[in-house]
Amino acid sequence: MRLNYPSNVKIIKVPCTGKVDVIHLLQAFERGADGVYIAGCLEGDCHFLRGNLRARKRVEYTKRLLDEIGIGGERLQMYNMSAAQGPRFAEVAREMTERIMTLGPNPIRAKKGEAEMETG
Amino acid sequence: MIVAERKPLEQISSMIESNNKILIVGCGECVTVCSAGRKKEVEILASALNMVRSKEGKPVEIRQETLERQCDGEYLEQLRGFIGEYEVVISMACGAGVQFMAEKYKNSLVLPALNTKFIGVTEEQGVWSERCHACGDCKLHLTGGVCPIARCSKSLLNGPCGGSANGKCEISPDLVCGWQLIIERLSDLGQLEKYEEIIPINNWSTNRDGGPRKVVREDLRL
Ligand code: SF4
Ligand code: SF4
Repeated sequence: MRLNYPSNVKIIKVPCTGKVDVIHLLQAFERGADGVYIAGCLEGDCHFLRGNLRARKRVEYTKRLLDEIGIGGERLQMYNMSAAQGPRFAEVAREMTERIMTLGPNPIRAKKGEAEMETG
Repeated sequence: MIVAERKPLEQISSMIESNNKILIVGCGECVTVCSAGRKKEVEILASALNMVRSKEGKPVEIRQETLERQCDGEYLEQLRGFIGEYEVVISMACGAGVQFMAEKYKNSLVLPALNTKFIGVTEEQGVWSERCHACGDCKLHLTGGVCPIARCSKSLLNGPCGGSANGKCEISPDLVCGWQLIIERLSDLGQLEKYEEIIPINNWSTNRDGGPRKVVREDLRL
């Protein structure tokens, strides 16, 4: 199956979404990501039983933290899909890209850009 | 253990509003077990503060350290070599750790990142609850091992009060009545006769009412 999805999506592979910790998500935003989403296996299908459920809880916690920081929790999202759902993967990539386009760039990067413009 | 919780980020960031060089110090004991001030939490706070400040266009320099514990001088000594380079230190220890660091480093401004809540236990992963008020005169042998001071909302020594209903405390339907627990436990232990005994009026001077407390063991002093 050859499917197109937006080229701005950078994929980071992890053995299980249960490996993703709050600090990993924060550091992505700290380094300028405009949005992050986690694609976990379908609920109930985790090879490690609860990896994707724990990831969801960490995403919820990090969303609140991003709100506190002022970056906005809506830039982070948890999705569940199986390895056989290629079209769903492409759909989610488009959905998230559209959401981020509406929200605009990560405010940190926007600020850094400004500073560079001033000094440059 | 001593159970604590991180302060709202806004409160922490407003404390360091005018500072640009910050040291964040975690603690490896109680607040690591209750996940409030462990190494991971130091990383998260550092990352969050970094973002808050970058967003405002006022970037900060943050160094992260986590000590074995902050309530013992020998571990606090490990900061000696570089603490002076920082305008402000954020301690992620309990209130005792924060104060002890400030005592040891008179020229450093030491700020708390946590709200220290209580002495308690891990009920289940992610849930902690209160068990002891450090009253200074433990009564657990009289009450079936359930603390009347910490687990009864009114710290009654001869409960329950008239508000106990269906095993719950009158202050909240989610809270088990401490005296219900005491009676159940005494009955399980076959010691209900202890419930018949009136516990005399408490001497609160062993508690905080007697002023700040201290324990001295002459045999251990150097
Ligand atoms: S009786 Fe006092 S020392 Fe004993 S558990 Fe209760 S508060 Fe703590
Ligand atoms: S209802 Fe029970 S726990 Fe609550 S104040 Fe009364 S005796 Fe104490």
